[in-house]
Amino acid sequence: MTQALIVIAYLAIVVYIGVFAFRKKGESHDAEGYFLAGRSLGPVVFLLSLFGTNMTAFAILGSSGHAFQNGIVTYGLMASSSGLVIPLTIFFVGTRVWALGKRYGFMTPVQLFRDRWECNHIGTLIFALQAVLLVPYIIIGVMGGGTTLAAVSGGWVPYWLGGLIVALVVMSYVFFGGMRGTAWVNTFQTVLFLGFGAVAVIVIATGMGGFRAAAEALLSAPGTAPLMTRARVSPWYFFSYTFIPLSAIAFPHITIFCLTARKLSQFKKTVTLYPLCIAAIWLPCVFLGVMANRATDIPEIKAKLDARRALVAPTATALPVEEQDKLREQAAGDDVLLRLLDKHAPIWLAGLLGAGIMAAVMASDSQILALSTMFTEDVFAHYGGKARFGEAVQVQTGRVFVVLLTAFAYVIALNAPESIFELAIQYAFSGFAALSPLLIAALFWRGSTKWGALAATVWVAIAVVAVAVFQQLVPAPLPGRPPVVVWALGGLDVLARTPGGTSVFKFMPVVPMTIVSALLMIVVSLLSAKPSPDTIRKYFQTA
Amino acid sequence: MNRALLVLAVAVLYVLHQDYWNWFEARPLVFGFVPIGLAYHAAFSVAAALVLWLLVTYAWPSHLEDEADRE
Repeated sequence: MTQALIVIAYLAIVVYIGVFAFRKKGESHDAEGYFLAGRSLGPVVFLLSLFGTNMTAFAILGSSGHAFQNGIVTYGLMASSSGLVIPLTIFFVGTRVWALGKRYGFMTPVQLFRDRWECNHIGTLIFALQAVLLVPYIIIGVMGGGTTLAAVSGGWVPYWLGGLIVALVVMSYVFFGGMRGTAWVNTFQTVLFLGFGAVAVIVIATGMGGFRAAAEALLSAPGTAPLMTRARVSPWYFFSYTFIPLSAIAFPHITIFCLTARKLSQFKKTVTLYPLCIAAIWLPCVFLGVMANRATDIPEIKAKLDARRALVAPTATALPVEEQDKLREQAAGDDVLLRLLDKHAPIWLAGLLGAGIMAAVMASDSQILALSTMFTEDVFAHYGGKARFGEAVQVQTGRVFVVLLTAFAYVIALNAPESIFELAIQYAFSGFAALSPLLIAALFWRGSTKWGALAATVWVAIAVVAVAVFQQLVPAPLPGRPPVVVWALGGLDVLARTPGGTSVFKFMPVVPMTIVSALLMIVVSLLSAKPSPDTIRKYFQTA
Repeated sequence: MNRALLVLAVAVLYVLHQDYWNWFEARPLVFGFVPIGLAYHAAFSVAAALVLWLLVTYAWPSHLEDEADRE
């Protein structure tokens, strides 16, 4: 109850910051003011908000859960690679998007594509694909809010009410505050969860009597020793994962956020400090996730370890599929950090840390605002709505869209299983990574054409659906078992179903998806007519 | 600073991320409890920040600021 009250107080502060604090008089009356904070965010808000926008619930709950099951590899796989690739894309792509946006007034990536490649409906197709890939995040955000509020309140706040509260809070500050409100909320939330990791480590280390004995015990047991290495993951898989962070700059909410900086120099701190911010959050979460394997005195964690043992036992393959799925669900570790805090943190601190977790869970605000921006700019304004009804109506349309989208996400969150959207997010990461060649080609290659962009977009859509269908048709082998090879050629595994997903030539699907997308962009562009010299001159001064 | 050196630094960093030599090693435990594979990648994050600082300092695309204000 105390924890829930602290979290609800936190939500009230978030609403206050998002709706009332830092409002600028008159700004929200025009589209640029509402959707881009008038392109006027300062350096600290830009850094913390951009970073917070990129950190979802997965950064805290998912990372510790993944590390609980797979070990320390989680950090190299997802954090240190992101700490290099994401700032590089911000450095090379984000800065150029900012400059073009400021010069030509673009507010979405599709506006840039339409102008750069002189296209119309191809831009609409790119918008549709981006929207479809983004919606699952918003639904997961509402679900995560419901689950977390229910967990930190010990069931006092039911799931449906928790989801409703989170949806209403996010909707309120996005509706009233637009980009400025969302950016300030993200800044506040980032400060909160940047502090979360260090506090959690200290509290849990004290509770467990230090980590030295736990680390030695994990190493001495054959079942847990591989968690202290990267034995659970192949080097091919590890390499493949470096492609995933390419998705960040292709996510519309990140591209759009790059347009909000007041000056170019505000990117400098973001680029430099990004890897350190990632380390501050992910290192403690990954480490604590691994250490949770020694917390057998916590009944919920012991039950997870028992389920894991049952899954790797030789008799597991004889179990019915439903039983295997149930064991997988029991063994999942997304709540291990909450369990450790429940056990070791005093109740008031657990409440504050619960608020830190809520901060990460509520990252869907930027996606809601981005979809609203995209809808009003790429569809409403593009197809004549702005010219006919004026800019004030455009902003109101954006706000109505925010309400409808949040309501839609809440209804789906109440009625659909979370696992579907978790899977959809996996596909979406690969999909956005494979869309990154579009941005790179638009900005750096004068020879790129709309037909190249169309070919790459259609390929990405087909590939995402194909991977989803494949994983539905071919059941995953149990953890620790070899992959199910569906297609081999001359002793080489071409296509296989692995316990965690799919492999193509031993790589994750994101690798061939991104490479083929880039090749299609190149080959089809070389074979098709270029945009007019005027347009090319507009983007490349010496054309 | 020479741009080619900066490109090389980024490329080397990317290769260093694939540290196969630590794959099955947990020891030495840094500070007595952090496996070497995790400590290595923590250090990698610091190295990434340093290389990015070099990029920002010596290869910043400041011409974009002027281009943005044109027209």
